[in-house]
Amino acid sequence: MSTVNSSMAEETAAPRANTLRSFNFSARFWVSLVIVACVILMSLAGFIYPTGPAEKVGSLYDPPGNGLLMGTDNFGHDVIAVLMAGTRTSLIIGLVAGIVATTIGVGVGLLAGYVGGWFEELLMGVTNVVLAIPAIVVLILISMSLPSSTIWSLAIVIGITSWPWTARAVRAQASSVATREHIDVARLSGVRLPGILVKDVLPYILSYAVMAFVLQVAGAILAEAALSMLGLGPSGVNSLGTQLHWALAFQAVASGAWWAFLPPTLVLTLVSFGFLLLQASLDEVFNPRLRRGKRKQMKQAAARREEEARLLAEQAADPAARADPGAPADPAASGTHQHPERSEAGDPV
Amino acid sequence: MKLGRYVARKTIWYLVALVAAVSLNFLLPRLVPGNPVDVIVSNLSRGGSVTSEQQQEVYESYVAEFGLDQPLWQQFFTYLGKVFTGDLGTSFAYYPASVNELVGQALPWSIAIQLPAILVGWVLGNIIGAIAAFRGGNWDRSVFTTSLFLSAMPYYCLSIILLYVLAVAVGFFPVGGAYSLGLTPEFSVAFLWDALSYYWLPFLSLVIVFIGGQAVGMRSMAIYELGGDYVNYARAMGIRDNKITQYIFRNAMLPQITGLALAIGTLVGGALITELVFSYPGVGTLLFNAIAANDYPVIQAITLIITVAVLLANFGVEIVYGIVDPRIRAAQSGEK
Repeated sequence: MSTVNSSMAEETAAPRANTLRSFNFSARFWVSLVIVACVILMSLAGFIYPTGPAEKVGSLYDPPGNGLLMGTDNFGHDVIAVLMAGTRTSLIIGLVAGIVATTIGVGVGLLAGYVGGWFEELLMGVTNVVLAIPAIVVLILISMSLPSSTIWSLAIVIGITSWPWTARAVRAQASSVATREHIDVARLSGVRLPGILVKDVLPYILSYAVMAFVLQVAGAILAEAALSMLGLGPSGVNSLGTQLHWALAFQAVASGAWWAFLPPTLVLTLVSFGFLLLQASLDEVFNPRLRRGKRKQMKQAAARREEEARLLAEQAADPAARADPGAPADPAASGTHQHPERSEAGDPV
Repeated sequence: MKLGRYVARKTIWYLVALVAAVSLNFLLPRLVPGNPVDVIVSNLSRGGSVTSEQQQEVYESYVAEFGLDQPLWQQFFTYLGKVFTGDLGTSFAYYPASVNELVGQALPWSIAIQLPAILVGWVLGNIIGAIAAFRGGNWDRSVFTTSLFLSAMPYYCLSIILLYVLAVAVGFFPVGGAYSLGLTPEFSVAFLWDALSYYWLPFLSLVIVFIGGQAVGMRSMAIYELGGDYVNYARAMGIRDNKITQYIFRNAMLPQITGLALAIGTLVGGALITELVFSYPGVGTLLFNAIAANDYPVIQAITLIITVAVLLANFGVEIVYGIVDPRIRAAQSGEK
């Protein structure tokens, strides 16, 4: 049986009754929100946690126990305290770098897309050149040349190396918005360039900018971790990257001290996964074309479709096929098992 | 017509990018307060094993080699001349070893670990992604979620976990390095067999991440194509599902092939930290040691090689695309 045809037809099924529902925060959205919130909460918990990250509470790699939930790291510091402080640093770096990158990216993209002409060529030329050079290379070179790196300098450096893809995407959207009529109206009524950009173009790409920001934050946190592990991290501060750096440098993995390296590894994974998922689900919220029906509605629609197909088959089939009463019911049952998911997968993306 | 212009235009842009990258590579380390030579010589003297005469000698040889007594623009041309003749300079930390030699030792390890991982991961990832898209159902959901998780996971995190679980906790694989202590790299059966046992774990961690990324991409491309007008049309024409699957597969493959080319471009710099985790003697470990020792020539050489590889891969993809797909050339003259 051809399955994909029917999945297309069922798109129209199950209209949404209530307007709040139409905002359709998927389960994925809530999952990602909970992950991100947990990470943020954990980073804030460092403020009320009794032990400080620089307090020596034991010796090299004390195993968990003895009042220490996660043992000690190579310096004899409490792993949990270090993890909380490190997560906070990483989040701050991510946030600052994300703001810097998104601001530059959206600014350059807006200007290039709206103004057009040689100015656009110039800006996009610069963007493409910066985009072509791998960011990690520029990051390594700049952080190597800084006399001392603080979390702020690191955040800004990460920010100014990661804006180009945002700029490129924003430019494409801004230049399509720039041709719309309300822009002409604004221009004729004498609004200046910054006014038009902020009030008439920006709102149309705001949803995109928010998603880009989320991705930038996640990217910056990972960039910081990579740099720190290479030995270019912020000096004298704990971050998820420096925690891993020291764990690797002091052979935590080889000596089996899982409590020293597993927590930052897992938090980094959670941060990365949570932010990516958040971005994907925001995409679904903002972009109606990506929205998938609720699973329940899909199942109902599939069941309805199966029912219709069964009726049709019964009408068309000769009485001999109906002699066995189990026969028509069986494929329908196994069908409902398979088809709802099929239709979800068949949704246009 | 436009093919020539398209190629010329792309060539110019990539040349500009190359010049920008080389300039950054040259300029940034020279912004270090003092200069790298001062730093390294003072480090040497701190060790105490070097007499002031030797120190003076080392200093002068560095100054002469980098042309630090010349004005900046002249230094730049000295640097350019050296780079284009393939001379990457002399290492600070392993003086008088040449950087070419150090990189030459590290590069084969990096390529040996990455190229097979990329190719295997690419093939498996595409097959899994396509099957997930075509079959749908729970299969699709589990594959998609797993792949999304794997591709979202920082690749070194997976390496760390695999290293701990498979090597330290279970003891399946040796813990780190590329070959047993006491062996020297050579092309003998005994050495290669030994190296293979160290090879699996880093290989596995790279392959898994790569499969995840490819599967996610292939799945969404295939699903996108499944909704295409030509699919509906083909079905309406009564063309068999197998044939349609072929059409879809071919169309969905195009971006995946780009992905492969770009992945091969990031070959050198792609697994810096994985190598670090497994203490695999590739470019990543070399870079790590160079950073720890302020070995600027080595760092510069590695960043240069990474950049050139990435630029070449991007350039190649764009040129091939321009030749294969006329729509891209047309779009290029409209936007930039």
